Amino acid sequence: MERTSFDIVVVGGGAAGLRAAIAAAESDPDLTIALVSKVYPMRSHTVSAEGGTAAVLRDYDSFELHALDTIKGSDFLADQDAVEFFVARCPEEIIRLEHWGCPWSRDEDGRVSQRAFGGMSVKRTVYAADKVGFHILHTLFQTSMKYDRIHRFDEYFVTSLIVDAGACTGVVALNLRGGSMVAIQGKATILATGGCGRVYEFTTNGFIKTGDGMALAYRAGVPLKDMEMVQFHPTCLPGTGILITEAARGEGGYLINKDGERYMQRYLPGKMELGPRDILSRAMVQEMKEGRAFEGPYGLYLGLDLRHLGAKKINERIPMVRELAEKYMGLDPVHEPIPVRPGQHYIMGGVSTNLKGETTLPGLYAVGETACVSINGANRLGSNSLSECLVFGAACGHAAVEFAKRRSTYPRGAAAREALKREEARVFDGLLGRERGKETVAGIRIEMQQLMERDVGIFREESALSDACGMLGKLRDRFASVGLADKDRVFNTELTAVLELDFMLDITMTIAHSARNRHESRGAHSRTDFPQRDDANYLKHTLAFQTDGPPRIDYVPVTITKWQPVERKY
Amino acid sequence: MVESEVVFRVKRYRPESGGRPTFQEYTIPYRSDMVVLDGLNYIKDHVDPTLTFRWSCRMGICGSCGADVNGQPRLTCGTYIRDVHKGAVTVEPLSNFPILKDLVVDFDDFLNKLASVTPYIVRKDWGDLTKEYVQYPEDVEAYRQQSLCINCMLCYAACPVFGSSPEFVGPAASALALRYNRDTRDQGADARLARLNTKTGIWECTFVGECSVVCPKDVDPAAAIQTLKFLATMRHMRRLLMPGASSR
Repeated sequence: MERTSFDIVVVGGGAAGLRAAIAAAESDPDLTIALVSKVYPMRSHTVSAEGGTAAVLRDYDSFELHALDTIKGSDFLADQDAVEFFVARCPEEIIRLEHWGCPWSRDEDGRVSQRAFGGMSVKRTVYAADKVGFHILHTLFQTSMKYDRIHRFDEYFVTSLIVDAGACTGVVALNLRGGSMVAIQGKATILATGGCGRVYEFTTNGFIKTGDGMALAYRAGVPLKDMEMVQFHPTCLPGTGILITEAARGEGGYLINKDGERYMQRYLPGKMELGPRDILSRAMVQEMKEGRAFEGPYGLYLGLDLRHLGAKKINERIPMVRELAEKYMGLDPVHEPIPVRPGQHYIMGGVSTNLKGETTLPGLYAVGETACVSINGANRLGSNSLSECLVFGAACGHAAVEFAKRRSTYPRGAAAREALKREEARVFDGLLGRERGKETVAGIRIEMQQLMERDVGIFREESALSDACGMLGKLRDRFASVGLADKDRVFNTELTAVLELDFMLDITMTIAHSARNRHESRGAHSRTDFPQRDDANYLKHTLAFQTDGPPRIDYVPVTITKWQPVERKY
Repeated sequence: MVESEVVFRVKRYRPESGGRPTFQEYTIPYRSDMVVLDGLNYIKDHVDPTLTFRWSCRMGICGSCGADVNGQPRLTCGTYIRDVHKGAVTVEPLSNFPILKDLVVDFDDFLNKLASVTPYIVRKDWGDLTKEYVQYPEDVEAYRQQSLCINCMLCYAACPVFGSSPEFVGPAASALALRYNRDTRDQGADARLARLNTKTGIWECTFVGECSVVCPKDVDPAAAIQTLKFLATMRHMRRLLMPGASSR
């Protein structure tokens, strides 16, 4: 019989989850680790990251500078102790990946290359052409095969946490292929399921990014932190939302309007195209409003002009940009600017954790985009997220091992059996049993995505946010009558879509309510009715707690170590 | 922007209903910028929620959405309907794999084969863990092509040898073995060649070359296997001539 009790249960097989699993496996040969993922790990969305990952590796750079750039980029909402911890550990993680075979691009002297990125004041971003996430993911996944103590549960969808006597003791998961539910018990559980971009209509995120881990923690009483902080990336392809990496600008690309003007000179002359993403996305919307954008079949857009870089540099440094532009826009960036517009890309918020990934629920950890430590505050700098997955993946893996070792016995079976029974009733008898009516999973999902796009997007204000909060409540009510056409238990992707939508409806509520309650503009959270940053009242993290109704909102202070908040000027 | 309609013929197999796979036809709105995956998603969202397939990134990098489209293994997210449309778009699960449901097939066999070629850096001595290993741009170039494999499994679907001898290690796993053997940081080449020099290894390949034709990332697994055959032969010769000596 397949083993179902482990020391560590990791949910999610992307960069953060794999790094945590490997850290745990390396720390003790006697430990057993379950790696549970709703997809084969190499399909995880880390694969789509393109431009690079940050670390201080050269004499011209310093931890101090990386920390300052990150904190300033965060509009002073990052916890400075977390940022200091983070920047000091990025180099060792990059080198570890290098030793594990990651094909980093190299300088002529054989050292790992670094490139410029938005909001970073020096060349700090390590890369492997522009397939950085792909290479990191495959390097980690293949390296994880070294350890037979990592037991993979591929294509298992986690529906609930097991909570016993005030601690998390594992998960209940739907085995997609077997069509059955299973309780996977662990002394410690790590959530590493990535972001929730699919709550928006126009996003760079893959179909699987539905915020599962965030919702799992939220439902177990753990608060979600800073969920109003949603990043919109300025350069996405109209229509599909496919990301064109910031490395295109790091390597020297221009943003132009329909007059051929590098319009960033009006908004951020000191940084131009290498400003942080929140500022660049707002500038794009401004250009659109003022009639200086191009118009295409999928609406307004601006131009990403790489022509002056030449074919050689494009092929060497950013080949995927050319591949994507040719395939999905039918144009060659060597000869034509690429149409781009802002789209949802990342969420700075997530499951509230400390530096070790610990949540308020003993035994439960979170890491990567799922978590909010917070090093990203109100706006993440490009190339800090992959490093975050590595640094905090390792830290969290080690912390979970320490916790598991203090628990001498495996969790009690009774709580697991009870949770399993409850989930079987909820999912199989409840959701799967519902007859098809007038509400469909796709119908409600599309309404939710359009609503978030319209009312909780780049610019926000009270009446739209208040409408969104009300409408999301109604969508939650209507969700109760979504019926299923597919009654099979085996690989029922309509059922998983219902489970994901259920999660996303929780997440959207936390985003909209957190946004409505923050009466200021900071980083990616831009309120037209409160255009100024307000440190007197809002230099603090939002916490959203689950209740029977809308989330309860609370606040905790930001940790300031040595960088006092000043006006964010570039 | 709806220009007309297109017919999708999709192979359905539902294990809980029993029976053999059957084709189902769907007529859906068509735009010239639609990829096959867009059509499948339109059906899933608006016509038939029971249609089952995998997908995620929709940008040709996650490797989830492979299927046989009009008889050719392809990534459905990167295949424009306008390029394959001949009256109807026929979509079937990737050939040579056990079907789990509709277009979803079982890849576990590949993951076991991947694990069997030691797909990670092997070293006796890891040296100074705080310093990067020196690798020149041309060293990276030596294995770059094979490192681009996204594990989409189109090469296995196209491989007639794998079709008739499922134990064959196959194109992607071989290419990844070569990727590590060519990496200057690695010291595990000998064991990988020994693994590939077995009766389920590279000698099964008859150099049909279809794997390289269908590869969406230009990994060229067929060439990788030919190179491995050469390297395995060299290794064998060395062992005959210099018994006891081990190669890198």
